[in-house]
Amino acid sequence: MSATVNTRPSTDSRAGTDTRRRKPQAGIRKLLGYAGAVAVLLLGWAALSAAIGSPALPGPVPAIEAFVDQWYAIWPEMLISLLRVVVAMALGTAFAVPLGLMLGRSPRADAVFAPLIYITYPIPKVVFLPVLMVLLGLGNSPKIVLIAVIVFFQILVTARDASKAVPEPSVLSVRSLGASRWDVYRHVVVPAALPDIFTALRIGTGTAIAVLFLAESIAGSSGIGYYIVDAWGRIDYPAMFAGIIGMGLLGVLLYEALDAVEVWATRWRRAGT
Amino acid sequence: MAALSFNRVSLTYEGSDRQVQALDDLTLAVADGESVAIIGPSGCGKSTLLLLAAGLLTPTGAGEIAIAGNPVVGPRRETALILQDFGLLPWKTVAENAGLGLQIRGMSRSTVRERAADALERVGLSEFVSAYPSELSGGMRQRLALARAVALDADLLLMDEPLSALDALKREELQTVLLELWQRRGHTAVLVTHSIEEAVFLGQRVVVMSQRPGRVGAVVENPGAGTADYRASEQFFARCTQLRALLAEEGAL
Repeated sequence: MSATVNTRPSTDSRAGTDTRRRKPQAGIRKLLGYAGAVAVLLLGWAALSAAIGSPALPGPVPAIEAFVDQWYAIWPEMLISLLRVVVAMALGTAFAVPLGLMLGRSPRADAVFAPLIYITYPIPKVVFLPVLMVLLGLGNSPKIVLIAVIVFFQILVTARDASKAVPEPSVLSVRSLGASRWDVYRHVVVPAALPDIFTALRIGTGTAIAVLFLAESIAGSSGIGYYIVDAWGRIDYPAMFAGIIGMGLLGVLLYEALDAVEVWATRWRRAGT
Repeated sequence: MAALSFNRVSLTYEGSDRQVQALDDLTLAVADGESVAIIGPSGCGKSTLLLLAAGLLTPTGAGEIAIAGNPVVGPRRETALILQDFGLLPWKTVAENAGLGLQIRGMSRSTVRERAADALERVGLSEFVSAYPSELSGGMRQRLALARAVALDADLLLMDEPLSALDALKREELQTVLLELWQRRGHTAVLVTHSIEEAVFLGQRVVVMSQRPGRVGAVVENPGAGTADYRASEQFFARCTQLRALLAEEGAL
């Protein structure tokens, strides 16, 4: 029974075991990339600051000094902001992905929900911040809910379109194996939509941080957004820019974490290239 | 045991603005362990026929499809369907793709791994268990699609132009693989193809379908299929010529 078919696989195979492992140079290249980007930004910043010559735009040196000096005060605010963004994005994603994938696979449900989505999607959700503040107070929840709702819409539309675009032969061949509706989602629809969902998450991260700043600066007394506005209010410009550096680092952290998760979750995309 | 029968089967697709009748009153019987090739003009309902047999479509009208005497009401465990693009999932490794049917059937992880490995060995893909489909050549992907069917221990293999994406040399090589698998396993095989040579090489009977709406136009007995060096025999060429003439009558050539 274990006899093999006599013809061996063709020799034109590109299959190898090393192609999937990330090359060590990739990490070094990334670090160099960041070093270069930071150098360009600092130089541009220094030049602009020197040209303007106003205390409102201090150069990078006093800002970095303030950042190091104030680190003990900055990091807890960064942590609070980070948690808010992560929790909000996780919530928004958790609701949007299943619903979006389902809508994409069901023309009938989509016909019902599409108008609802198209009416509500373009409205900037930030305008509901006052309502959320009245309902939920000045704590974490209005900020988290606001960001979650914004991320929810961005991912919902992407997930729906991605699941609509799932190739029908893939679904048919899995169904011919006796797959249930749930199996089709698990083995075909979800993995097929993952790359698009990660793209939506990456775009959503930028929006989330921008909205977070707005929410923290308008309502509440914590978070890196509050720190920046507070420093602004005290006319402590170096501290304000130290906060801006902190916010930039927050973004880098989120993007890199997202990239790492994506690399792991969509391993097959780096195969054979 | 997997005799397949179509008894006066019709199927009409509901398009957005018009109906398309794909099959009209089609009757066809495939004996247990028989290998039948189906050939016909494009759009004659060949693929529809396979989807019906796989239980993924239901006939419109009174016709009936039965496998081993039981009416087909949905996908059947022992039926394997191999589609034109192989139906491989790019996000699953070779081993995961080969074992997918078993996994869906709820078998234990170790059974799935064992049987997938065994099937991959049989089609000569043992070295590539952890590769992804994108890392395989066209011929190897086709072997993988076969391995999935072998792992399922399918007694009915439905194939929709499985080799059409391959170049001529790879095609002949895989036709031989298909033939050897069939001879060793004794499954019932239905192969839809648009290659006359492929139909004659693999089908004990070759069914010629008519233009849409599809029905059986002619059946050519081809007892020589599967014999050694059939491709080089006089009989092979005679059958090919006969089929070419029949297809020309159907307006396919």
